[in-house]
Amino acid sequence: MTALKNLSRQSAPAFELKARMMTLSILRVLSADIANLFRQLDAKIATAPDLFQNFPILLDFEDLPEDAQRGFDIAQLNWQLRDRSFVPVGLRGAGDVLTGIAAGVGIGVIAAAPERVRKQAKSEATQPIATNMLIRQPVRSGQQIYAEGGDAIILSTVSPGAEVLADGNIHIYGSLRGRALAGVRGNTEARIFCHDLDPELIAIAGHYCLSDSIDESRRGTSVQIFLRDESLIIEGLQAQRLETTK
Amino acid sequence: MARIIVVTSGKGGVGKTTTSAAFATGLALAGNKTAVIDFDVGLRNLDLIMGCERRVVYDFVNVINGEANLNQALIKDKRVENLAILPASQTRDKDALTQEGVERVLTELAKDYDYIVCDSPAGIERGAMLAAYFADDAIVVTNPEVSSVRDSDRILGILASKTRRAERNDGRIKEHLLLTRYSPARVKKGEMLSVDDVRDILSIDLLGVIPESKSVLQASNSGVPVILNLESDAGTAYEDAVARYLGEERPHRFITEKKRFLERIFGN
Repeated sequence: MTALKNLSRQSAPAFELKARMMTLSILRVLSADIANLFRQLDAKIATAPDLFQNFPILLDFEDLPEDAQRGFDIAQLNWQLRDRSFVPVGLRGAGDVLTGIAAGVGIGVIAAAPERVRKQAKSEATQPIATNMLIRQPVRSGQQIYAEGGDAIILSTVSPGAEVLADGNIHIYGSLRGRALAGVRGNTEARIFCHDLDPELIAIAGHYCLSDSIDESRRGTSVQIFLRDESLIIEGLQAQRLETTK
Repeated sequence: MARIIVVTSGKGGVGKTTTSAAFATGLALAGNKTAVIDFDVGLRNLDLIMGCERRVVYDFVNVINGEANLNQALIKDKRVENLAILPASQTRDKDALTQEGVERVLTELAKDYDYIVCDSPAGIERGAMLAAYFADDAIVVTNPEVSSVRDSDRILGILASKTRRAERNDGRIKEHLLLTRYSPARVKKGEMLSVDDVRDILSIDLLGVIPESKSVLQASNSGVPVILNLESDAGTAYEDAVARYLGEERPHRFITEKKRFLERIFGN
């Protein structure tokens, strides 16, 4: 319908070219050891597989020394990232040699930001604004909620096949029957609180636990989940009161 | 202005078309001008259930493409006054539906009708999305088993985010749960989820419970919407559901197993 309309008015502009500021995730390459990089990246992906589907990413080589850059196999990096459903959209902070090779494999070059602006950005980053997210409706199968930079507070149920992610804590005042991943950007202090535990998966800062390995006695109860010595601890909330009512 | 109702489920074979036919007929019997549209382009079924398959000349896609006008394509029901059917095309596929086309047909129908019932195809592809997009109310048809419940949950998520009301921030679609093929005896044996289980998972308002019944199959095969058979338990259950939808308070029947209920099954 629209296509037909456009045909009849060919003089109408078909596109606009505009500059936009937008948030983009950056992959800072710190070592030239690609195999090791992907080992660590795969572990990260495992914590939130759906989050990284067709995930645009900017490659940053600023912290990789010039001589390490020279032997860096950027074609391999590009290909392996795409294999994992990342979309490398460009690179920055690379020396002339690497920039030249990158252009060859079809990665655009973004000029490094001037020093002053970058300093400012860094000082802002150290004082993150807590952006908590409040969800009143049930989180349904197939839906994904991501509370970026803060807590996710769900007043209803998280259904099987639904996913809640937060950089901070996750609070669920209904039943948790889907997945809950707190501290997805590595905050090991993040916790998950839920009123009725029956999850498909729970994870904090990449340490995850599947439904099968959850202590049966915790199922259907009110709990908090946190990390202690790199393992997930599920602890009852007001356990005594619950046991007497059950 | 007409109210647009989508009958949807995600999963196939749970009773969407049976429900669309019964519900539209029930609304018309209650004195409302009602049109029922088959959105299942390519797998046309509603006309069979409504018993008007031999009267189809033009269809929904013809109207969208401007090859026929709405009045030529609408089939007036012979049994019930105030009821019209807009059949799907059997020879096309769901890509023949366009959002502009569907909107045009619905707007035109809305001038003359009180209720427009959209019989959604299974799945979450184009046909299903368009059937739901313009809806004011949704009847989510669910069978008491886990895969159907999960698909319904998915559909509820879509209704809350990908419809015109959601996009315009125009208030939520009113969601109603209709549990079909319910058998209290099998629930008791643990072979089926109970009403409470399903309500607990989906957390929406229960419009009705339609018991599993031979009369549904008989009705489909003979092209008579089951609601016209008030001697069958499924027919009365649909009648209850329509009355509840129209604002009447009625207690839920067919939820618990009764002697009388079993007698009714074997008596039929």
